[in-house]
Amino acid sequence: MAAPTASGGDIISDLPVLTRKDFVSNQEVRWCPGCGDYSILAQMQKMLPDLKVPREKIVFISGIGCSSRFPYYVESYGFHSIHGRALTLATGLKSARPDLSVFVVTGDGDGLSIGGNHLLHAMRRNIDLNVVLFNNRIYGLTKGQYSPTSEFGKVTKSSPYGTTEKPLNPIRVALAAGATFVARSIDRDTKHLEETLFKAAQHKGISFVEVYQNCNIFNDGAYAAFTDKEVRQDRMVYLESGKPVRFGKNMEHGIRLNGFTPEVVMNAASDDGLLVHDAATDNITLANILVGMDYPEFPVPVGIFRDVAAPTFDQLLQKQVDDAMAKGAGKFEDVLYSGETWTVS
Amino acid sequence: MVSRPMTTESPVRPERAVEELDRVTIRFAGDSGDGMQLTGTQFTKTTAVFGNDLATLPDYPAEIRAPTGSLPGVSGFQLSFASTDIRTPGDQPDVLVAMNPAAVRTNVNDLREGGLLIVDEDEFNASNLKKAGYPSNPLEDGSLARWQVVRVPITHHNELALDGLPLNAAQKFKSRNFYALGLILWLYGRSMDTTIRWAEERFGRMPEQLDANVRALKAGYNFGETTELFRTRYEVPPAEVEPGTYRHISGNEATALGFLAASIKAGIPLFYASYPITPASDVLHELSKLRNFGVKTVQAEDEIAAIGAAIGAAYGGHMALTGTSGPGLALKSEALNLAVMTELPLVVIDVQRAGPSTGMPTKTEQADLLQAMYGRNGDSPVAIVAPATPSECFTMAVEAYRIALKYMVPVIYLSDGYLGNGSEPWRIPSLSDLPDVTYRYHTDPATFSPYRRDPETLARPWAVPGTKGLEHRIGGIEKSSETGDIDYDPGNHHRMTMFRKERVERIVNDLPPLEVSGPATGDVLVLGWGGTYGAITTAAERARRRGLSVSSAHLRYLNPFPGNLETVLRSFKKVLIPELNTGQLSLLIRGKFLIDAVPFNKIAGQPFKIAEIEGKIDEVLGLSGPYELQFGPASVLGG
Ligand code: SF4
Repeated sequence: MAAPTASGGDIISDLPVLTRKDFVSNQEVRWCPGCGDYSILAQMQKMLPDLKVPREKIVFISGIGCSSRFPYYVESYGFHSIHGRALTLATGLKSARPDLSVFVVTGDGDGLSIGGNHLLHAMRRNIDLNVVLFNNRIYGLTKGQYSPTSEFGKVTKSSPYGTTEKPLNPIRVALAAGATFVARSIDRDTKHLEETLFKAAQHKGISFVEVYQNCNIFNDGAYAAFTDKEVRQDRMVYLESGKPVRFGKNMEHGIRLNGFTPEVVMNAASDDGLLVHDAATDNITLANILVGMDYPEFPVPVGIFRDVAAPTFDQLLQKQVDDAMAKGAGKFEDVLYSGETWTVS
Repeated sequence: MVSRPMTTESPVRPERAVEELDRVTIRFAGDSGDGMQLTGTQFTKTTAVFGNDLATLPDYPAEIRAPTGSLPGVSGFQLSFASTDIRTPGDQPDVLVAMNPAAVRTNVNDLREGGLLIVDEDEFNASNLKKAGYPSNPLEDGSLARWQVVRVPITHHNELALDGLPLNAAQKFKSRNFYALGLILWLYGRSMDTTIRWAEERFGRMPEQLDANVRALKAGYNFGETTELFRTRYEVPPAEVEPGTYRHISGNEATALGFLAASIKAGIPLFYASYPITPASDVLHELSKLRNFGVKTVQAEDEIAAIGAAIGAAYGGHMALTGTSGPGLALKSEALNLAVMTELPLVVIDVQRAGPSTGMPTKTEQADLLQAMYGRNGDSPVAIVAPATPSECFTMAVEAYRIALKYMVPVIYLSDGYLGNGSEPWRIPSLSDLPDVTYRYHTDPATFSPYRRDPETLARPWAVPGTKGLEHRIGGIEKSSETGDIDYDPGNHHRMTMFRKERVERIVNDLPPLEVSGPATGDVLVLGWGGTYGAITTAAERARRRGLSVSSAHLRYLNPFPGNLETVLRSFKKVLIPELNTGQLSLLIRGKFLIDAVPFNKIAGQPFKIAEIEGKIDEVLGLSGPYELQFGPASVLGG
């Protein structure tokens, strides 16, 4: 078989109809019973057939942590790499092989602490990868230390007196680094999660989905205050681009801006004056204001913060190669004999 | 500056003798802004085209903008050219061209006694003398009496030559190096054509600069012709070399071309990810030009990302490569272990430099051998190859990939700053001279298991994403020796560790035997590896010419060693191992073969001089007392 080319060369597959079952591997799933990861896996497996991408063209790459076991459980190509570095492997793979559909599964420790640098650079490059960050605000695999998203003052095994550091907001980081698709969802809202993962996968360029994930062993109920079914509609706001930002059981409340400061408008009868979400704008100010809203002062926003089109790193690189080749494929002799040469007979 | 009449006006051409020499070593030294690397490179090219054998040693300060005229700002370029086959850039320069007092101060002690010291006398003003730390002008106070000093008003002549050009004084000052080059070209009877052709190409779009440089060049040349300062002109006839077409090449260029050649031979596109680091960045520069060969390069955000990307590309079926220097190799070690564990073909270039830590980035050393061997957690063998000369950087790159692909194993390619920046004439090979570089993607689902090994090489199958029916998972966790599933079984870990070890050991079946230069048995074998080849081989040759029983051998394969190494070692009474480290190969040889090898170590950021190795040989043979390395005062290039 010849070497793979950008377009996949001769590794062409027909498009069989796949179902969720086709993406379930033979490996026994080893997360703690009740862990939020199960839901993310299930929504991913449900969503994948809808992409209509042949299974052999799908690659899952992860780092280290509970979430990073994910590739073992998806029947596709999978690479369980080392702590924090999944994005680096994914960057190399996608750059070399733009024909593949590459997913990166990471966590708050893996993606924002040890691998934080790579996250920034993958975002700014806009390489066509699908990044899903499971945020449980704790280190699970190492058994309960605080993470870069743990709340200020949190008491954990490694912070018996409470932490003395402020958390990072992953969405803010992604926005600041120039990610072209930025979204948040929660493990407990399966429909929203599946939809969000699907849209993220369809986005050309980097997509970043933060999933609020419950670690029922080391940080149980981290998000319960606003994700519990009974309170969810009042304490969370589902963002929809082009629509006024509204929440509540009957969508009766809204958000408006006072300068750059958001305000809750209880029982807003009319949409007049309410903030209208726009995920497609180049300007990240609005998304930044929205992501600053947090419980209990505000309903917690989920949904797509940003979704803009831009050329991707892998395509631009491929284009340089294609353009250069179109002008004439390189002849090795030309390179060998470049510069001054002389002949001795 | 004192103005003085131009001697170029002199109508009478002085008579002078022409002396024929076998070999000349010249060093150009000046402020890092004086363009000495350019002068050196241009003289080198002309000399190569003329047909001399040659070797170069560029040496530049780490501080790109060290204060003008200061000692740390001095940059140098040494080359040795000869009518015979030579392998080193020379122990001691015969000629030193110094563009300012700081360049004299830092270099003159390396100059051979009685050697020619050509200075720009205009630069010996109070301010420059002070910056160089000279209490009085060495041109006047007799302190340079051991050398033949030729004072040339280079700055002034250059200014006169450029008179009328629409350039300011600072711009004109920049052409002084062309003046110096012209003078040296004249001194050795070389033509200005190569440099003029190069300048036309380089400055084609800047006509004033082109004009200035060519005028300066000619002025320098004509000054040599007309002045009476030089009593003798020198000739170094062309060397007898193998017929063929030649070019001039540096080690880093040869490395880049070698990997391109390997990729063409194999028919797999090359993917290079790297983070800029001295002295390896040139490899990135070279490869990033080659998009028309399908070469993809990524400048990664850090060293770890660079190797991570290379692993990703290797997993994707590309010929993946990353490159760095010692500090970067340290950063890459965890990821390199992932490549060991996942058994992917990957080459890591390490252009070594003086360490530890940041060390001396622009100075050479070969102290990463043990890092390459053992610098990872767990039992983690990789293959290691090391070119011995700048042009061998080409062939060893092909070797690195031949091994990586056949054995599905990471290979470390140990070059060094001396090889990478050094250059020599290179007989241009043809692709058909190179060994085959083959690979195989696994495609058959019926026979696929991620860790089912080839019985001969123990290589696991390369199953690249996109291949239908081979969906599987790999990773850094220990894998079952058959299925590749996660496996913590004690017997399995033992078995897998042994597989990884034995797979690297079996590479020996694919290696050429170690060749001995000189008789196959005798009193002393001088064993080396890497960039010390020239000095070692020449020192052993000279010892034989003195009637001593000394041979030399040079290892290009460090892990595994060539199969006949032990036999070679045991054929000599003594084994001397010179290294630019504290004894790393010595440790490996002693540990593996229980042979009481004698280490000879220099850790000065500089290559060995031939005389140093000869001195140690005499000691080992009992012809002299203990040999001590002599380190002169601060010098740019000398040891
Ligand atoms: S430790 Fe927490 S995050 Fe990890 S598997 Fe268990 S519940 Fe899930």
